[in-house]
Parts: sequence; C-alpha cells; structure tokens
Amino acid sequence: MGDVLAFAEQRDGVVRGVTHEVVSAGAGLAQSLGGECHALAVGGDGLAEAVSGLGGAGAARVKVAAHGSLAGYAAEAYARIVADTARDGGYAAVLFPATAVGKDLAPRVAALLDVPLASDATEVSADGGAVVVKRPVYAGKAFARLRMEASPAVVSLRPNVFPVEERGAAGAVETVAVDVDPSSWGARVVEFRSAAAGSLDVSEASVVVAGGRGMKDPEHWTLLEALRDALGADVAALGASRAVVDAGWRPHGEQVGQTGKTVSPKLYVAVGISGAIQHLAGMRTSGTIVAVNKDPDAPIFGVADYGIVGDLFEVVPRLTDEVRALKSGA
Amino acid sequence: MNITVCIKRTPDTETRVRIAEDGVSIDSGGVKYIVSPYDEFAVEAALRMRDAAGEGAVTVVTLGEASAAEQLRSALAMGADKALLLEGQAGMDGLATARALATEIQGHDAPLVLFGVKAADDDAQQVGPMVATLLERPCVTAVGEFELNGTTARCHREVEGGTEVVDVDLPAVLTITKGAFEPRYASLKGIMAAKRKPLEQKAADVPASRVTLEALELPPARPDGRIVGEGPEAAAELVRLLREEAKVL
Ligand SMILES: Cc1cc2nc3c(=O)[nH]c(=O)nc-3n(C[C@H](O)[C@H](O)[C@H](O)COP(=O)(O)OP(=O)(O)OC[C@H]3O[C@@H](n4cnc5c(N)ncnc54)[C@H](O)[C@@H]3O)c2cc1C
Ligand SMILES: Nc1ncnc2c1ncn2[C@@H]1O[C@H](COP(=O)(O)O)[C@@H](O)[C@H]1O
Repeated sequence: MGDVLAFAEQRDGVVRGVTHEVVSAGAGLAQSLGGECHALAVGGDGLAEAVSGLGGAGAARVKVAAHGSLAGYAAEAYARIVADTARDGGYAAVLFPATAVGKDLAPRVAALLDVPLASDATEVSADGGAVVVKRPVYAGKAFARLRMEASPAVVSLRPNVFPVEERGAAGAVETVAVDVDPSSWGARVVEFRSAAAGSLDVSEASVVVAGGRGMKDPEHWTLLEALRDALGADVAALGASRAVVDAGWRPHGEQVGQTGKTVSPKLYVAVGISGAIQHLAGMRTSGTIVAVNKDPDAPIFGVADYGIVGDLFEVVPRLTDEVRALKSGA
Repeated sequence: MNITVCIKRTPDTETRVRIAEDGVSIDSGGVKYIVSPYDEFAVEAALRMRDAAGEGAVTVVTLGEASAAEQLRSALAMGADKALLLEGQAGMDGLATARALATEIQGHDAPLVLFGVKAADDDAQQVGPMVATLLERPCVTAVGEFELNGTTARCHREVEGGTEVVDVDLPAVLTITKGAFEPRYASLKGIMAAKRKPLEQKAADVPASRVTLEALELPPARPDGRIVGEGPEAAAELVRLLREEAKVL
C-alpha cells in the first residue's frame, strides 16, 4: 500500500519536461514506501500516445483520463479526476509539479481529499512509512522539514530540482473513465495570450539571464537577448529584478524574487542587479550563479559562484562572443 | 457588492531570517511585521471594485494572534470598512487554516472573496483555492487584473509563457498577484479613520494540524564564490570555468 500517484502535466498534448522529474521522484519515493509509482495524465483525445514514454522515468502504470473538453487545463474537472483516482487507488502519496497548473491544482485536490499539502518541495522522502518533505519558506531564506501526518501525503515539487533517473518500469497505459460536463464549470478559459512568441518562461528555463537597473534603458535588453540566444533560446530565458519591472521596462512575468518567481536554473546570470535580499530569495537555490556588476561590493557577489567586476556594456557583448565561439566549437 | 479579503501578518520581506533556539521558529527579535505584500494587492483590488460599484463593504479577515490586529488596522487605514480577527494559531497545515477561514466566510454575504496568491512567510500558495474548494465556489488563482461584469468576473491569470483570460461565475474566490493593483498608501486621514472602524475579535475554529514542523533550517551556505576578473578580458576565463569547472555549458 505504498503506491505513489504522480500527476503527469501535459500542454497541448505534449508531456512537459517537469513531468519526468515528478514521475522519477515518485518512483524513488514509492520504492522506499514499498510500492509502485503510477502516473496520471489528464487531457484531450490522443493523450495515450503522448504519455506512453513515462515508463522510462519510472511509472509502472500510466493512467490516462482523456476527453475532448479536457485538452486545456480545466481546474474543477481536473481536480475531481485526480482526487477520485487518488482515493480509489488508495495511494500513500500524490505528487504534482509546482508549475502554474500544479500550484492551482494541488490545493484543490488536497481539499477534496481532506488532507494537507506541502508545496514547492525540494526534497521528499519516506521515514518509517511517513512522507517527510523539505520545502523553502520565507522565500527561500529558510527551509522547513515537515512530516505529513495524513494519508495520502499531497506534495508539489519544485521544477528543476529533482533528477530524472532512467528506470524502465512497465509503463502500461490504462484508461480512466471520465464523466465531464463543461456546462457545470464555474470558471472557463476564454483566451490565451502568449508572451513573446517562442520565449521560454523564466520558471521553466534551465538557464536564466536576468537584468537589473544597471541596464539603464529597456532598449539595452538586446544585449541580454543576444546572450540568451548564444546560451540557447530553447533552454534559456530572460529574468528581471523588481526595479526594472516596476519601471515598466520588463513584464512582471519575468520578475525573479520574493514578489516574483522563484527559480532554480542550472545557471543564473545576474547582470546589473545589486542583489537585494528580496531578489536573492528568488534565485539563491540556482545551481551556478554568475554576476556582472561594476560595484565590487554589490551583495550579489556574496551569492555568486563567479563574478566579473566591470561595466556590463563592455562585459556582456564579450561574454556573448565567447559563449558563441564555444558553442560553435571554435 | 460586498467583498471579503483574507490577509496575513507576516515578517517584512527585508527580514534576515534567524532560527530561534527551539529550532522550529524564527527569532522574532527585531522583526518588523507587515501585511503580506500580495494581500495588499488583494485589498487594493477590493477597494477599487467597491468604489467603482459605489456600494458595498470591504471586510478584511485574518486568522492569527492578537498582534495581527495591527495588520487589520493597516487595511482599514487603506480604506477597508470593517475587520475581523479570528484568534488562533495559523501553522504549517494550510488546510486547517483554510477550514477556519471557510467556516467564517461561509456566513458572509460576499460574492467576491479575495486572497493573496501566497503568504510571504510560508509561501504555500494554497489557502485560497482550498477555501474555494471547501465552499464549492469556483476559483481563479494568480490573477493580476480582473473586471466585474454583472454576474461574472473576467480574470487575467499569469501562467508560464503568457496570460490566460478566464471568466468566472460569482460568487467566486480569486487569488491576487502583482499586476494592476498597486496598493495605495494609507493617508493620515485614513489612519485616523481606521481607529474608529469596527474591528471584531472572536476565537477561531482551527482543526488540529496534521503537518508536523520538525525543523527549520537556514539554507546551506553557498560555497565561496570568486571574482574571476575585471572588465571584458575576464569573459573568456569565465566561459572556461563555466564549461570545465561548473560544467554548465
Ligand atoms: C515588499 C518588497 C518585495 C520585493 N520583491 C522583490 C522581488 O521579487 N524581486 C526583486 O528583484 N526585488 C524585489 N524587491 C526590491 C528590492 O528591494 C530591490 O529594490 C531591487 O531588487 C533592486 O533592483 P536592481 O538590483 O535591479 O537595482 P539596483 O539595486 O539599483 O542595482 C543596480 C545594480 O546595477 C549595477 N550597475 C549599474 N550600472 C552598471 C554598469 N554599467 N555595469 C555593471 N553594473 C552596473 C549597480 O552597481 C547596482 O548594483 C522588493 C522590495 C520590497 C520592499
Ligand atoms: N492566517 C491567515 N489569515 C488570513 N488569511 C490567510 C492566512 N493564511 C493565509 N491566508 C490567505 O491565503 C493566502 C495564501 O496563503 P498561503 O497559502 O499560506 O501561501 C494569503 O495571501 C492570504 O490571503
């Protein structure tokens, strides 16, 4: 009875990268609890095809709840389906990615199941049959170790933190019967307005190039865009300090920090950012931190692994050239 | 239209967190407490909706210790009409907090209930949608902007890669993020007026916590960084280190 249910997030019928992290963490947890990890995907028709690869990340079974009206995220219906599946399967834990969908969905599922939720966990393990979680609090200025006393333990996992291990579980696909009535939904998505076409969200990227007030003018962001492109526009995203968001130079969706997004990319490059405590809160768990600042005493250097003291208008273009040269094998 | 806003007393975002001797709380010495920043956005949104409608009252509610009356007064000073302090302990079990709030809000004649998207202390991002689920009301989270159109609200919700436009039927629960609702400063007049506004106090009905906080820890110190060099000449060495030492390129 130590099975774990992992919510397999998809977008437009494609399983998201973070889903592999959640399934992999779920498989690890299930192993310690003496059970199996099952993935549950909710979405539109043709979903079964898209999720069949989750066995590789450790799903012994892949449950698919598909319906034409569920192609896009529909909170109320998704929550019911996940909660019913969790209840029927007698799971010991239910895991979600702490993405926009996961953060919206997990609390609803927890409330339907009448159990607490630990959000945005950076560690999850089993201890004497109970699920124990480590999660950031005070915007990452501290970490709380929580023991979940109710079953199932509902936990959302911070993206980019849990490794994906190849496990090669069976991954047998099963259909979950769904009974949906969109006319009963109290909330309806009427439109999606995408940010700049093709740009990756800062919370999903494995590389972040962030700019602050030191950039002096929104037009200078072409410098950061060039660096982002050199690092790979498919993995890298732009971030911003609050100062430049408040000034209207950049959209709020890019803000990193206590009142913006919390990010943990493999590489975070802070350009012309002083490193105020509220900014550090949002990015200090990044893998490698690089800072470019003309002030050698800027607090950002206190958390940076590598720093360059200098004028960003000279340093960034050179850095971009060096990265380009490296990537082109020169 | 009446609007209820749930607000939380949290440490100022400037706070340097130190762990207290008990190992499960922060050392509150010298800590300044504020209305959690996202909750201020929610209060601002409520005030604007009330004023645009020209009728209705904004009620602010908090679950916390007696000291949280201070944050209710701040919201009254911004312009809320009345306040309610549910005296009790809000801990790590967000569902317990949500139950206590839902029990109270159930009785409010408020078609719109607003929350902050997350509290600046536990960052759990859960109490709003939990309350909505318990009350069986629709809920839209991470709303940066919304407008009311009779029996629905049109919400602009922030998601990865863009904005979702969501229509929600009232009564509804929204959780507010930074966006259109930059909070006003309380005027001197507002602060004076707040002293005479009703602030009710009653015991909260909080279920026992089913989450045990075993330890609070500071984040592992980051390994000492180094200054690679000065000026553009350092770029080549930086790229070499990122590739060979940090292995991120
Ligand atoms: C409630 C609250 C919440 C907050 N939440 C957040 C948050 O979520 N995220 C956040 O970022 N902030 C947040 N802040 C704001 C935070 O306190 C800082 O004001 C903000 O982070 C500063 O942004 P900055 O580093 O871009 O600007 P500054 O502090 O002005 O720093 C600019 C830096 O650029 C450097 N510079 C200037 N010119 C050059 C040049 N030519 N070359 C190289 N370097 C140069 C300077 O040396 C300086 O270090 C919050 C504040 C409050 C009160
Ligand atoms: N103790 C509390 N009293 C009143 N409102 C609260 C309390 N805790 C959380 N909330 C509300 O729920 C939101 C989300 O909090 P959380 O889920 O803890 O991150 C906050 O922004 C508040 O609006």
